[in-house]
Amino acid sequence: MTGHARWVRICHWILTASLLTLAFSGIEILMVHPRLYWGDAGNDLTPALFELPISRNYRHGGFEKATPFFSNAAGPTSATRTYEIFNQNGWGRSLHFLAAWWLVLPGAMYLVGGLFGGHFRSHIWPTAKELAPDSIWGDLRNHLRLRIPQASGGPNYGVLQKAAYSFVIFVAAPLIVLTGLTMSPAVTAAYPFLLRLFGGYGSARTIHFFAFVALLLFVIAHVVMVVKSGFKRQLQAMTVGE
Amino acid sequence: MKSTLITRRRAIIAGVASLGGLALARYPKNLPPTYGNLLRMGDTFTYAAQRTLLPGQALVREYSLADLTSFPATGTIDTSGFVTPAMLDAYRQLQNGGFADWRLSVEGLVATPRTFSLGELKQFQARTQITRHTCEEGWTAIGQWTGVPLSLVLAAAGIQPSARFVVFYSLDDWVDSIDLLDALHPQTILAYGMNGRDLPMQHGAPVRLRVEKQMGYKSMKYLHRIVVTDEFDDGGEKGNIQNGWAWYTGI
Repeated sequence: MTGHARWVRICHWILTASLLTLAFSGIEILMVHPRLYWGDAGNDLTPALFELPISRNYRHGGFEKATPFFSNAAGPTSATRTYEIFNQNGWGRSLHFLAAWWLVLPGAMYLVGGLFGGHFRSHIWPTAKELAPDSIWGDLRNHLRLRIPQASGGPNYGVLQKAAYSFVIFVAAPLIVLTGLTMSPAVTAAYPFLLRLFGGYGSARTIHFFAFVALLLFVIAHVVMVVKSGFKRQLQAMTVGE
Repeated sequence: MKSTLITRRRAIIAGVASLGGLALARYPKNLPPTYGNLLRMGDTFTYAAQRTLLPGQALVREYSLADLTSFPATGTIDTSGFVTPAMLDAYRQLQNGGFADWRLSVEGLVATPRTFSLGELKQFQARTQITRHTCEEGWTAIGQWTGVPLSLVLAAAGIQPSARFVVFYSLDDWVDSIDLLDALHPQTILAYGMNGRDLPMQHGAPVRLRVEKQMGYKSMKYLHRIVVTDEFDDGGEKGNIQNGWAWYTGI
């Protein structure tokens, strides 16, 4: 049994540091405007899809009386904000984008290396045999009973484990990067299909948030499994190797 | 015997080294200062990457009248903590006179420094666009803007070939700048109208900048002075960088 390849170990820890920094700065950014929308645009004067009570900006209500732009009083309005909001986006946004480069560039190298080096085919992508209902059901039963096999120190994964890794690598991570880029006015000027793909800026921001929630749930499950299968051995296998 | 053969490997190394040397020699003057701050280095990297990878003058999406949304007004001149009573008084006087005494001064690397009244700006070919204002806070709003493309005003003053940046000064004492690529973008306008009417005080009357390819805070309200330069001007203590904010916000 071979251990984790060196390039996989290096990518793993760079991406770990990047994701933790992105989560930290991303939560700060969300705290500045903890309202999420669906569609092209949304703000304090328009209805939210939902709101999160995660900062003093939550439902602050600090606006002067709204005045309509047009004779139609039910149409768009303007109102002056008088409330001093919590806003640490000066460092929050810049830290988010700095960390994002450390997700996108090593992430792209990992994708290329995994695709052409056989890593995905040999270790990550579930085989047809593993995807048989019996195999999935058996692995699921073991997980529910918390019967987690001890770490082998290398990339021989169970079918649920492979499915989780595949979801992160091929679905959640590309989705969170693409919805992130959809919030960039310069990027969407060059690539307007991004706004069409995600149904507008407001929707892209909401999908970005749910992709974060999915990745957060993955990280929690991942850490629990690492602990259950032998924390010390796993940590050693993913840093210095076997 | 000393070999004088130019191998392919040597040629490549020499080529890469000279490209790197060129980049190092040319870049600092054209890039925002970082003051040794890691976050500002990231901003600069993003700026250089976007300028290198993205096509220069692609237009942002324009919406229809049915898409207009309500529009919060933040950082208005009458609520800002940075505005002195004297500044507000001067603004109120201009406002009470219907901005007849307001002038926009265009200076720096131009053939003829000029001032424009509101009426003179309205004589230029106008552009109306319905665009999304993207605030760094996380909210967005769609508004209709009418004004004169900045490129027309710069051309009227005779912008010089050595120009690299355009610096903006506001009546509420902000200083900010954009590079020439954004300054000459067709959707970068000096807006005097919003949603079919005169620009309201809350949204920057009499004239505000619209830089549609960047975050909302680059679209400075209450403009009164424009300076064309060939060197990066971060606005000093009144600018974004020294206040802990990114200068380039295309992302």
